[in-house]
Amino acid sequence: MGLELYLDLLSQPCRAVYLFAKKTGIPFQLHTVNLFKGQHLTEEFSQVNSLQKVPVLKDGDFFLSESSAILIYLSCRCQVGDHWYPPDLQSHARIHEYLGWHADNIRGTFGVTLWARIIAPLMGLQIPEEEVERNKTGMSQALQQLEDKFLRDKAFLMGQEMTLADLMSLEELMQPVIFGYDVFEGRPRLAAWRERVEAFLGAELWQETHAPALNFLDQWTKNTLLMLRPESYPSFLLRIARIP
Amino acid sequence: MGLELYLDLLSQPCRAVYIFAKKNGIPFQLRTVELLKGQHYTDSFAQVNSLRKVPALKDGDFTLAESVAILLYLSRKYKTPDHWYPQDLRARARVDEYLSWQHTALRSCCTRALWQKMMFPVVLGQPVPQETLSSTLADLDSCLQLLEDRFLRDQDFITGSQISVADLMAIEELMHPVGAGCQVFENRPKLAKWRQRVEAVVGEDLFREAHAVILKVKDTPPLDPAVKENLLHSVRSLLQ
Repeated sequence: MGLELYLDLLSQPCRAVYLFAKKTGIPFQLHTVNLFKGQHLTEEFSQVNSLQKVPVLKDGDFFLSESSAILIYLSCRCQVGDHWYPPDLQSHARIHEYLGWHADNIRGTFGVTLWARIIAPLMGLQIPEEEVERNKTGMSQALQQLEDKFLRDKAFLMGQEMTLADLMSLEELMQPVIFGYDVFEGRPRLAAWRERVEAFLGAELWQETHAPALNFLDQWTKNTLLMLRPESYPSFLLRIARIP
Repeated sequence: MGLELYLDLLSQPCRAVYIFAKKNGIPFQLRTVELLKGQHYTDSFAQVNSLRKVPALKDGDFTLAESVAILLYLSRKYKTPDHWYPQDLRARARVDEYLSWQHTALRSCCTRALWQKMMFPVVLGQPVPQETLSSTLADLDSCLQLLEDRFLRDQDFITGSQISVADLMAIEELMHPVGAGCQVFENRPKLAKWRQRVEAVVGEDLFREAHAVILKVKDTPPLDPAVKENLLHSVRSLLQ
């Protein structure tokens, strides 16, 4: 049995892992874990990851969670180009510097749009307008830092070539875009970077990766989304409560 | 000019970097950046880290921010013993997994616990609603449970039988609520024993030295009003 990936392409870090594995031609078996249906909360999935989160990698009897850890593991384990996770001391340090900043400033911040616009209303809740505005300000500040400190005048975040950092970053930024808030508007440098990443990955893979999220949006628009399972409520409520 | 480390031992990740560098005999110049005095807002510090955060490293012309990046850079450059950040792929993945998880989980509740229980009410004279503090302490409790059940389990250290940078990062997070007077280890024998093992590896003297600031944080002298104003503004998100 080869590599297995437990993913939901509604999730930003899952998309980063999926894009990486597909682009680099790493063979894997995909297990879809539908977060909206609460499949991550089942007893069965707890055997895969007791933290009840995706993405998860299974390599024989080795289970690994956390997208950055998975991406790093795969880039070392499999035959992939050096550029994804460059081995020299300073480049290696720069990627980890980005990932540290990303955890504080990007992760969490860019997920709010989906919750505010779609999931909370489906639960009969309304995220206060001031929280939504605060989140937009947070996103704006993060985007400015992303441009000024990391991207600057380079083709990709770390330099002239794509790295894991570009995947992690862009997939977070795509979340509000997919769910109705275009973070690239008025930001030509970031928009150009996005185009370069998309071009590198290829239109077909890009579309395939984003189809499930777009499909989810489509169902919501047409009011054909199935009801949220009651088991999902507590953990969803917790997520909503954490929005600053 | 050799390696410089810009640290404030008030900060969890700074303590982890400090202990790692000292324990491994890495020669460095310590540049203290006192957050409570607003020293991270100076122009000279902005040259080292434009994001105005500690820890930060300067090695010749190379500047680096973010504790995990700094720890890994130091472990590679100074060829520290393998167990700190193992070469073995799976062992290393376990460390990476912990370091990623802690950043969005443990970090938040430990920081909030210190600020809501100690910094706001005692040092800054700003009361915090009981409900907010209770909620934070409940979060902390859940996180500690996850740390025990999911990461430490029946192992001596977080990622196995030997100490790694994961343990340094973890112990420093836990020392934060300890500094606030929280009972972190008292009702958790597994964590208490793990702490003893970490302290034994680090060494009593170095452990004491690294925690001098956090354990005396309640005795912080009154802050300059202008600095206090700035600080209150920048940490208001920690009131959640």
